[in-house]
Amino acid sequence: MRIGLFRNRSFLFFIPKNLLIALMPVMFLSAGRKTTAGPRSDAIGKNLTRVVKIYGAGGIRKLHAYSTGLIVRSDGYIVTVWSHVLDTEEVTVVLNDGRRFQAKIHGAEPQLDIAVLKIVKKVQDLPFFDLSKAVNVSVGTRVLGLSNMFKVATGDEPASILHGVVAAKTKLSARRGVFDFPYDGLVYIVDAITNNPGAGGGALITRSGDLVGMIGKELKNRESNTWVNYAYPISELRETIDSIISGKFVSKEKKPDEDENPTRYIASDFGMVLLPDVLYRTPAYIDHVVSGSEASKAKLKEDDLVLFVNDELIQSVKELQKQLGKLEAGDTLRLVVRRGMKLVTLELKVRKKSANTIKKQ
Amino acid sequence: MKKSCTLFSLVILLVFSSRSLFAQVDSAVIEAQNRRIAVVEKVAPSVVAIFSAGGNGGGSGVLISSDGYALTNYHVSSSAGTFMKCGLSDGHLYDAVIVGIDPTGDVALVKLLGRDNFPFSPMGDSDKLQIGDWSFAMGNPFLLATDFKTTVTYGIVSGTHRYQYPAGRNFLEYTDCIQIDTSINPGNSGGPLFNDAGELVGINGRGSFEKRGRVNSGAGYAISINQIKNFMDHLKSGRIVDHATLGASVSTREDGAVVVQSILEESEAARRGLEEGDEIISFAGRPIRSVNQYKNILGIYPKGWKIPLVYRRGGEKKEISVRLRALHRSSDFQSTKKKKKVKKKRPRIPLPRKSPKAKPPAKYKHMFVKKSGFANFYFNNLQKKRVMDRLSKLGDYSKTKGAWKLLGKADKGGAFIVNVSDAQSQLTIGGKNYLQKISGVDPRDDLAFEERYPGSGGLVLAMYNLRLFLNGSGKLVKENTNGKTGLFTSLIYLGSEPMDGQFQNSVDVLVSDFISEKGSKAVCRWYFNKTDGTLLGFDTSLGRDKDECQIRFDGFQEIDGRKFPKIMKVRHANRNVATLQIESVELATGS
Repeated sequence: MRIGLFRNRSFLFFIPKNLLIALMPVMFLSAGRKTTAGPRSDAIGKNLTRVVKIYGAGGIRKLHAYSTGLIVRSDGYIVTVWSHVLDTEEVTVVLNDGRRFQAKIHGAEPQLDIAVLKIVKKVQDLPFFDLSKAVNVSVGTRVLGLSNMFKVATGDEPASILHGVVAAKTKLSARRGVFDFPYDGLVYIVDAITNNPGAGGGALITRSGDLVGMIGKELKNRESNTWVNYAYPISELRETIDSIISGKFVSKEKKPDEDENPTRYIASDFGMVLLPDVLYRTPAYIDHVVSGSEASKAKLKEDDLVLFVNDELIQSVKELQKQLGKLEAGDTLRLVVRRGMKLVTLELKVRKKSANTIKKQ
Repeated sequence: MKKSCTLFSLVILLVFSSRSLFAQVDSAVIEAQNRRIAVVEKVAPSVVAIFSAGGNGGGSGVLISSDGYALTNYHVSSSAGTFMKCGLSDGHLYDAVIVGIDPTGDVALVKLLGRDNFPFSPMGDSDKLQIGDWSFAMGNPFLLATDFKTTVTYGIVSGTHRYQYPAGRNFLEYTDCIQIDTSINPGNSGGPLFNDAGELVGINGRGSFEKRGRVNSGAGYAISINQIKNFMDHLKSGRIVDHATLGASVSTREDGAVVVQSILEESEAARRGLEEGDEIISFAGRPIRSVNQYKNILGIYPKGWKIPLVYRRGGEKKEISVRLRALHRSSDFQSTKKKKKVKKKRPRIPLPRKSPKAKPPAKYKHMFVKKSGFANFYFNNLQKKRVMDRLSKLGDYSKTKGAWKLLGKADKGGAFIVNVSDAQSQLTIGGKNYLQKISGVDPRDDLAFEERYPGSGGLVLAMYNLRLFLNGSGKLVKENTNGKTGLFTSLIYLGSEPMDGQFQNSVDVLVSDFISEKGSKAVCRWYFNKTDGTLLGFDTSLGRDKDECQIRFDGFQEIDGRKFPKIMKVRHANRNVATLQIESVELATGS
């Protein structure tokens, strides 16, 4: 009977082995390409011609003044990441063969973190990525990142290549507070260090040369203080890029509570009364703590100087209010305050507001 | 209970069997893995873990020949000291001594001691690398290997012929280097980069570090092995090797062309005709399309090499051959330990200091000889002896210390006579006498050693030096002559270079200084065929900013049991001066 069979332990392991041996010829028959060479260089070379080096605003402190872009139309439309580098009238674009052009912003969608540039001069027959041929890939796919990270390449030198694997496909915005990330859609997380200074706007391709995504900017996980390497799938960007180029693009209307400076919560919601904000930068001293409030439960005291809100440095009442405005019900509000000569960390719960307490300042 | 157990086992069985059914690994992948393993096994024994004699700090290196020569980074050897300890994967720790250094290029040559059969990796060809090729880096990152077994990382070549600026207070310039995403970290410096066939193609040494700290961030850089090959004999000479400049600076024009921005009047490039505004088309045979590419090419050659350059002016292309000048002043290479108490301007390039605690092992102590301008003078003597020993094939000139007389026919000007003695050198040609007095002349007199035979660049003095070199007085190098004339004040082995700019014809070079080390009046470069050691000719230079008198020997003749040049072809400033056919040679014996 059944039980008897399974009692014989050697039988348990015997079967799988037999099956394996039986299947070995099948395995060899299905053996794939024999090459052990690196990723196909013709696939790389062709794509390198479509990657451009962008030079624009920046160059002070840690803000790099360069990034990467992808040519998407033969007459000079280039897609790149929306960043401070584009904070200027015209940017300089250098092609793979060393040709230099000036380019202007043709359109942008900051929500998707992309901008489309157009080369000012009349050009044609530029090598370009056909976005309609971009592919979606699964986790585990081997990929290459092409970008001008660290601005290593100049003139007619080709961009740099990294190799790696797609480690995950996920939404980063789900971890709000952990990532400063406006983009709501899916990203590819890659195990190669693709996201370096200047790499934003580069290409993520498969080893056979198909376009997969656009490399994003440098992004840090604030909880673990680690850097994330990610790329935007072209499928998420394609439609917007096409409509920007065709001129039919209209930026997503922002709903009032999704604006740049939300004011979902204010200091008094927690029972904190701050100094009157009369100076250009009024220090964020606690003037009074309402008894029985969240703040008093967390043991916040008068004369505490708020220094950090959830790891963001606060240098004024305005900044504190801005940070409070971004909170959402369920979050934990972590404050670091200076009390006398000591630094004290406090945690307050962000409670759901009842209808009649929601007011705008 | 039992039921759940059996059910559980059934599930496990299914899971395992399904995995073995469907999780098949492509045999190509297994083969690739086995190939990788085999290559790593083959090359690992040649990888060196370098430690400073005190044991703290270190890096990596790679053995390139069985007698123990190994390559590493200058910034590894400079902190390791003159004698260091090197671990190999056999678990043994070997003593090693510094041989030669190239501070600008960040390369150092050391020699492991105690064996003549070290496992080694022969140098490959880094020009064959393509973007996307697999590469291995091996070494001792984070000094993890306490058993000296090397750490291996694997990645691709991200870029080739890259340029990396000297960063911060650094002067280390990585020109024409290999960019890799193969992980290299502190400790990997000086270690080898192999292609996937296990050929040595680079020496790892640098990375782009920014926000993520001093750990691999996806961009590492290795010095190309082809650059190191150019410097190899220079490194073996035990000298502190310098890189080169053309004496000109370049910039990119609006249209992308690379043009000469400024040029030193006294540079050889200027003397050959290069001017401001000229567009550089190619250099050393490689097309130039950016300033980085120009710097890349300049960076891989030692000073003193003659390199071809093509430029365009007003629609016309011209080609010249230029000898590269030194990038740094010799004072830049001063040791930071100064004997004098006088406070001097801080030198730009500090040299390695001997670690105070390190005591050289007694049996190898003789293998380090200190001398200004050298990493290790011991090796220079070694190389010089190798070259001079082959000179003895010409016969025994040591007794011919008396006056020399050469008679023959010149292609223009008819017959010529050369009379050389310790006191003077005289050329009689075309009915005129050209005299260079040697003894009794104050070497500080600027006009003492000028070109005597017009348009030759120093032919008369060259003859004097030839006699010195052959009859052995040249070998008696006397230091601190206190102004006494008539002897070489230094004779060293320089390295090897392409003869007259021909890359396929590499020659050994000795350099002699005549009269005084400061403001020497004549520097001669002696060229020897690398395979059979024949003396091919020599150049005499009357000053750094003057074109040399070039003499090339065409054939030798037997005279009195010795070999003497049959024909001497004399050139100066790119023009033929004379072809001297030597018909009779009288060499007097003397004291």
